[in-house]
Amino acid sequence: MKKNRIVAGLAFAAAVAVVLTGCSSNSTAGSSSTSSVTKAQAAKATSVKDFGGMSGLVAAANAEGHLNVITLPPSWANYGKIIAGFEKKYPKIKITSANPNGSSADEVAAAKSLKGQSTAPDVFDIGTAVLDQNLDLMAKYKVSNWSDIPADFKDADGTWYYDYTGLMSVGYDSSVIKTKPTSITDLLDSSYKNKVSIKGDPTQANEAASAVYLAALGNGGSADNIQPGIDFFKELKSKGNFNSTLPTQATVNSGETPVVIQWSYNNLAWGPAAGSAGNPNWKTVVLPGTALGSYYNQAINADAPDPAAARLWEEYIYSPAVQNLYLASGAYPATLAAMEKNGTVDKATLAKVGAAPKDFVQLTADQASKAATLLTAGWAKAVQ
Amino acid sequence: MTTQTIKGTPTASADAAVSSTVSRGAGAAKPRRLSAAWLGFTPFAAYVVLFLAIPAVIAVASGFFSESGAFTLANLKALTDSTIINNFTGSLLVSAISAILGAVIGALVCFALLGTKAEGLLRTAIDAASSVLAQFGGVMLAFAFIATIGFQGFVTLFLKNTFGFDINANGALLYKVPGLIIPYTYFDVPLMVLTFMPAMEGLKATWGEAAATLGATRFHYWTRIAMPVLTPAFAGSVLLLFANSFSSFATAAALLSQGGIVPLAIKQQLTSETIVGVANTAGVLALGMLVIMVIIMFFYSLLQRRAARWQR
Repeated sequence: MKKNRIVAGLAFAAAVAVVLTGCSSNSTAGSSSTSSVTKAQAAKATSVKDFGGMSGLVAAANAEGHLNVITLPPSWANYGKIIAGFEKKYPKIKITSANPNGSSADEVAAAKSLKGQSTAPDVFDIGTAVLDQNLDLMAKYKVSNWSDIPADFKDADGTWYYDYTGLMSVGYDSSVIKTKPTSITDLLDSSYKNKVSIKGDPTQANEAASAVYLAALGNGGSADNIQPGIDFFKELKSKGNFNSTLPTQATVNSGETPVVIQWSYNNLAWGPAAGSAGNPNWKTVVLPGTALGSYYNQAINADAPDPAAARLWEEYIYSPAVQNLYLASGAYPATLAAMEKNGTVDKATLAKVGAAPKDFVQLTADQASKAATLLTAGWAKAVQ
Repeated sequence: MTTQTIKGTPTASADAAVSSTVSRGAGAAKPRRLSAAWLGFTPFAAYVVLFLAIPAVIAVASGFFSESGAFTLANLKALTDSTIINNFTGSLLVSAISAILGAVIGALVCFALLGTKAEGLLRTAIDAASSVLAQFGGVMLAFAFIATIGFQGFVTLFLKNTFGFDINANGALLYKVPGLIIPYTYFDVPLMVLTFMPAMEGLKATWGEAAATLGATRFHYWTRIAMPVLTPAFAGSVLLLFANSFSSFATAAALLSQGGIVPLAIKQQLTSETIVGVANTAGVLALGMLVIMVIIMFFYSLLQRRAARWQR
């Protein structure tokens, strides 16, 4: 018996040795590039000039042949159309879209764990709180129309830049909820019993946390004090109106989640805009009073496996055509003001979506981390 | 151990092999069989090390380091946090209740099946169905229950429209921690049938006949003989069902977006985009789960030893 154990121990040791030697060998796939810019040069390029103009960038990106994007759901801010448009415009570059329903934290985790591999994400679409903690992962790059992005919407060195924001909105099934809600406190009414949901756990998802911030603004709180928002959801829960199911297009279509507080572009995407896949009765309302927004950021992975394609993607994202696609989903793109000025904005779409609000509340990184402390301490107690 | 050293010093390694055989002494009677066992065991050992041991050690160890990588015990403080304690209580209660419910219902099914032919169609069908249903979990199961007893589920609507009875009248039946008992019991019952049926079948007909010959009633036979014999197997199965429910994640994740059990708390710590820098707490929570599982498995092995006495 004892000897068997020794043998087993030896086998384990051998196994470990086999495993460890197996891991240490690293395959480096060399690809022949037809463009004049090498991969190492592309990874350091800070503007299109470093490629000798747009045609040089396209040639370098074509030589790479693929682009890895991450956490871009097709129904989120029109990313389905945006990705399809890129593949149509640059048919030699194949897009791999990983983990579409993941969070910003998942983007960073993927970049770290896949570092050096061909499947690592090339570009990020990332929330501000996570971005601020991981600036060392980002490469500096300025798109051609850099001056169109307002100064406070970007890092001066090009480490990150705002791409789009929605406004927090209430989506509702008009066949169930007959009267349009006019304030967040309307949701406490008994006609909303078991009906109000948010997009996940606010201690986890930025979109769910933003629903709490919106409730704070509508109940006498502010960006500096979101406690009234937590108290609001506690009351919503105690009245039996809070529905803790995670809403999706499917639950909205079946009537399982008739009221959802989320970004306007997501509520709009689940309604008639989705065509036969959407809920024709789904209406979106941005509540009167102080609006709440939160820009997401574009950034390039410093260790991008396809550095030129990553840069080409950013040039594409900030082109008026794609900025108009964001707008068509109900999101306000970062270059909107410049587009309105130089006439590249799609006027019909803008009229349909409504002019961008003159001012809306957006939590700063400090305010967000203060809010996170309150959520950590109070959220679970309020709703569990 | 690289290939180069093996190639470079063939005699040395051969010498080592010889000397190690020698040092095993007279007790090593069958060296050939041992080396065959060694070879046969290696793939499994590699698998266990790679996919079980290393990840488990890394996961738990991560709980003892700070964000900057320094060793710390500060993360253990999470285990005293009232929300985390609630999550552990929720996990333990849901797992225990669904395990006991599943075990009792499953045992009754086994009891009923004893009356059928061992190779008969009914028993084969229930065996096959149990094997499939015990694995029917995760998001699929969650959606099956949403479609049945959710707010718009067909059973919900049927009861509401026919009898005016709303099963969700006091808040959602399904979308809170106690609601998990329903789907968990659903997959625990077939698992119980699978694990407990062999013990039931192990009851020898001769015991019953012997008892009857000595004048025992059927009631006496069950209370004095069959039940004591089955108790260790029953308790062992309860522990197995408990472990099964305790580690279940996907079903709960689809039904509860607001947490309430430990696996969801771990996910929250790992993927949060609103609260950054808490990923190491997940390691501490994993440690907590591991401790509970080790305790459960310790009792399980004790019971297995007792149960095995009657199954020889």
